[in-house]
Amino acid sequence: MKVGVLLKQVPASDTIIKINPDKTGIVTAGIKWETNPYDELALEAALQLKDAGKATGVVVLTVGAADADARVRDALSRGATEAIRVDEASVVGSDSLGTARALAAAAKAAGVELILAGKQAIDTDSAAVPAMVAELLGWPQVSVVTGLTVDGGKITAERNAGGGFIEVVSTSVPAVITCDKGLNTPRFANMKGIMAAKKIPIEVKSAADLGLSAGQVGAAGALVEESGLELPPPRPSSKIIQGATPEAKVKELVRLLRDEAKVI
Amino acid sequence: MHLVPEIGEMGLLGANIEGYGCAGLSNVAYGLICQELERGDSGLRSFVSVQGSLAMHPIRSFGTEAQRLKYLPEMAAGRMIGCFGLTEPDFGSNPGGMLTKAVDDGDSYVLNGAKMWITNGTLAHVAVVWAKLDGEIRGFIVEKGDPGFSAPEMHGKHSLKASVTSELVFQDCRIPKDRILPGVKGLRGPFSCLNNARFGISWGALGAAMACYHSAVEYSKTRIQFDKPIASFQLIQMKLAWMLREITKGQLLALHAGRIKDKGELIPEQVSLAKMNNVDIALQIARTARDIHGANGILDEYPVMRHMANLESVYTYEGTHDIHNLILGRWITGIQAFT
Ligand SMILES: Cc1cc2nc3c(=O)[nH]c(=O)nc-3n(C[C@H](O)[C@H](O)[C@H](O)COP(=O)(O)OP(=O)(O)OC[C@H]3O[C@@H](n4cnc5c(N)ncnc54)[C@H](O)[C@@H]3O)c2cc1C
Repeated sequence: MKVGVLLKQVPASDTIIKINPDKTGIVTAGIKWETNPYDELALEAALQLKDAGKATGVVVLTVGAADADARVRDALSRGATEAIRVDEASVVGSDSLGTARALAAAAKAAGVELILAGKQAIDTDSAAVPAMVAELLGWPQVSVVTGLTVDGGKITAERNAGGGFIEVVSTSVPAVITCDKGLNTPRFANMKGIMAAKKIPIEVKSAADLGLSAGQVGAAGALVEESGLELPPPRPSSKIIQGATPEAKVKELVRLLRDEAKVI
Repeated sequence: MHLVPEIGEMGLLGANIEGYGCAGLSNVAYGLICQELERGDSGLRSFVSVQGSLAMHPIRSFGTEAQRLKYLPEMAAGRMIGCFGLTEPDFGSNPGGMLTKAVDDGDSYVLNGAKMWITNGTLAHVAVVWAKLDGEIRGFIVEKGDPGFSAPEMHGKHSLKASVTSELVFQDCRIPKDRILPGVKGLRGPFSCLNNARFGISWGALGAAMACYHSAVEYSKTRIQFDKPIASFQLIQMKLAWMLREITKGQLLALHAGRIKDKGELIPEQVSLAKMNNVDIALQIARTARDIHGANGILDEYPVMRHMANLESVYTYEGTHDIHNLILGRWITGIQAFT
């Protein structure tokens, strides 16, 4: 059984995001990219299946431009065995559905029977693509998983149901699973892996190569239109109350709460 | 010690060896690994140098296929630790005079003698030991627990405190016949190992130098004397500029050596030049950085004194500074001045 891992590169979590002047996207110049941390959990889960002899291969599936190859290469260095990158240029303007169509087609082309993905990408936080991929493929989906065993074709997944309860879900391959923190600790690439990965080609495919028509991807295939992008309003500045004694400060605080904030 | 499994997992042990569980990196990549490890501590880099260049390299280059398969994957993973026994109490710069002897005794060799200053000795599961068999230097693999072999730790070092240094003692130490390294005879064996390790040291020493330089830059910008940061004084700036100049030259030397080593064209005299120069400037940089830190420079709160003390060992081991001068001198003049 081959396992596919959906992998997205996202701005590093400490990036200070700036919106471009025409408000259609963020300024990407100077951004340090990293692999979406939830996708790293998915990759690690797939690699563990490979290590245990339960997966015959791990295929990295991504939609991106050539600059995403560094992240794909890192996944190959950690132990993934194949990679398909759907070229961004052929799907540019896609919404989540267009991206999902591209990834579902790539997964089919790669012949994977199980797809692991992060529960969401930390850039747009849509948490939409894996569910759409499952729907497009007609496969069951288990989302936000913190425990996973795969035996034969049988899948047992644990989900954090809140309030300290663990929900246990059983299904079977083919399926889509999205991964949450706590599932595992992702490994680093080691030197041997880095060397071995150099010999693995990253297959670059266009939407057309994958049999998708122009109307299915890109702006033409989008159901959702992004009308603009704005930063959250700046937080109002806070006020530090000055005063000679604690008593004076408290008095001033109470006055402000009553007269200015009008909450008491 | 606790770092060893992690270093093995990262693939840093024997990283420039091809196959047998090793990463097969270029020599430049191996050099960079040494640099970054020694930025932390020369003891850590020493561990990796000894494991990879001094213990794994001879097994790879001069061992049998069975020996390679038995030891190299375990050593690459950090599950087996190796050491290299060449130096003796009375033979340091002149290893050719060694007294340790091996005698052919039927189905085994019997070793007698003592080695000193052996990095990793007490920790090692496997020791590559150089001894004379019928008057000729040969390499032997001695395993921990072989009868007649012990490796007591040496104490009292003021340098390389993070590295274990030991004696190796052989008293009628009996090892099976298949533990000889068949592929090499004479001093060429140990020198081939040393050349690999010295190449790594030429990078490693720069790591220590960089750590000292960075500490000096930071300190001088924040230390106020005469109402100004000491970094604003010309004498301090001159020292920092000198450090950067020497580090940059040393890096160019190491990088060039790495590139020609990757092409298989690096000659031992070039290794001597790089090891000698880069350790020398690293030691001077450490001393200058210590000076810039004032009294704080002697504290363990800053890395400079530790690096400085470490580099005193690095200056001496793997061919002392002056032995490398003599190697170059011989190459320049054609006249040996060792004896
Ligand atoms: C921390 C540490 C770890 C070590 N690890 C190992 C190890 O793992 N394996 C191993 O085999 N060895 C190891 N060594 C030993 C090291 O290689 C030797 O110390 C080194 O070769 C020098 O030998 P020596 O100490 O006997 O000094 P000597 O050879 O006695 O030299 C003393 C001084 O005399 C000078 N000198 C010697 N001969 C000449 C000459 N012909 N002309 C001019 N000057 C000369 C030297 O340059 C030096 O200044 C280690 C040493 C240290 C300090």
